Amino acid sequence: MNAEVAAATAPEKKEFWRWQENTWFDESKNWKDAKIITCGIDVGSVSSQAVIVCDGELYGYNSMRTGNNSPDSAKNALAGIMDKIGMKLEDINYVVGTGYGRVNVPFAHKAITEIACHARGANYMGGSKVRTILDMGGQDCKAIHCDEKGKVTNFLMNDKCAAGTGRGMEVISDLMQIPIAELGPRSFEVDEEPEAVSSICVVFAKSEALALLKAGYTKNKVIAAYCQAMAERVVSLLERIGVEEGFFITGGIAKNPGVVKRIEKLLGIKAVDTKIDSQIAGALGAALFGYTLMQKQGAKAA
Amino acid sequence: MFTAGIDMGSRSVKVVLLEEVAVEGVPGKQYSVKKAHLMMPGDLDADQAADKAFNEALSAAGVTRDQVKAVFATGAGRTQVGFATEGVTEMTAGAKGAVFMYPQARTVVDVGAEEGRGIKTDADGKAIDFAGNEKCAAGAGSFAEAMSRALQLSLKEFGEASLKSDKSIPMNAQCTVFAESEVVSLIHSATPKEDIAKAVLDAVASRVCAMVRRVGIEGNVVLIGGMGHNPGFVASLKNAMDVDEVLLPELPEYVSALGCALIAAERVH
Repeated sequence: MNAEVAAATAPEKKEFWRWQENTWFDESKNWKDAKIITCGIDVGSVSSQAVIVCDGELYGYNSMRTGNNSPDSAKNALAGIMDKIGMKLEDINYVVGTGYGRVNVPFAHKAITEIACHARGANYMGGSKVRTILDMGGQDCKAIHCDEKGKVTNFLMNDKCAAGTGRGMEVISDLMQIPIAELGPRSFEVDEEPEAVSSICVVFAKSEALALLKAGYTKNKVIAAYCQAMAERVVSLLERIGVEEGFFITGGIAKNPGVVKRIEKLLGIKAVDTKIDSQIAGALGAALFGYTLMQKQGAKAA
Repeated sequence: MFTAGIDMGSRSVKVVLLEEVAVEGVPGKQYSVKKAHLMMPGDLDADQAADKAFNEALSAAGVTRDQVKAVFATGAGRTQVGFATEGVTEMTAGAKGAVFMYPQARTVVDVGAEEGRGIKTDADGKAIDFAGNEKCAAGAGSFAEAMSRALQLSLKEFGEASLKSDKSIPMNAQCTVFAESEVVSLIHSATPKEDIAKAVLDAVASRVCAMVRRVGIEGNVVLIGGMGHNPGFVASLKNAMDVDEVLLPELPEYVSALGCALIAAERVH
């Protein structure tokens, strides 16, 4: 099935916006030793992740682009990691769906909002000191407050406009004909920081970026101007809710230093470092919720 | 005497070459459009595109550059037209052109590729008030264009499809990026394309209508700008504004360039 999907979605022309899809698992462990295996599936508007948690610890994940069908995206995301580690659906004790397509995740026992899942995931990835989470996803941008257990206490999100989200960055990547992963580093290769792109709307910003190129800006300078605009946009969202340390960034855009470093500069706060891929935070949180639920069930049974 | 109006929109350059003509027995100045020309600039920079479009219009009309007394520019990129004598705002140009074509019009609705606005005008075609989309492209043509791509329909098919539907499905998303996902969801829930097309155009019309309401709907309404070519949108707009008639020029995208050329003719006198 995977081979078929890969063939069907193979890019015909160079698609600069395509971010790297990846699969990882902890080779030092064997999932067969685990008592409880849970899975979180985050079907986002742009990317889908499946995370496998063994006895409350991250074991493996797969991250890929969301197709135009939520159930298929969920199945493919999960198949990507199960195939790699030789796991079957029957081996998983509990599945939690999250994200924009969470109600359409087949085989999910429960659906939990991505707000709760990102907070829980961030708490695992960044530790109990994490209090403010900025989730920068494909079409979403959320500022979340949580307590020491990763429980959400407050949040704000962009519900009307996609400015300051990953989709806008993809549009710029395509316009500049520069792979999306290179945008961040290239945004620092400028003699001086340009003014931020003034348009908020993704559609307007694309025209503005094109006009800047025609006015003689280098590509790097346009990218810097766009990264700065994204940073200003999300910081204004963060400021509405207030930023407390530890500050943690999740979602695909967290992998773009061009935006992250500018956010840190505007806030005067450094984000908590993590070795784990920021894009899996939602699915990881979902799997951890599944683990907690299983433990409760186990306690009841005993 | 010739004057020219150049409208540098976000997507296309429009040129109108105007000739002042004397009509026997009619007092005052009369004008006739000598040539109208449109170009999609593509990769050219704005100044080059305007220059090329202008030259093409001139040669098609058989008029030399020296014969043109004044060239006025309007539109989002008007400052980039290096050879223009003067620049006028889109509101000024749109109102002037619309009232020239329809003297009874007092409300001008201008919907282009990235801009949508309502203009209140007086009997001389002078803009009195206006409201437009400054921050968001949802109430404009590029929104409709993105949705027609999502539906895999040409713009023409898209407009025609919408006319076949009498359903009113609400679109929740205002943002172009969000709406694309919403359209995809509607496709997957097996909603007919006709109904989705109408939902999209109703949404654009409702956004535009909200802008026009801010200046007040008075007198006759005229629609200018490229979206006038979409019959589905015209129907949705008429419905949203709750008016009996929306006056629609045959070539709505040229009206601002025409207004610009008229203002140039008035000023050089």
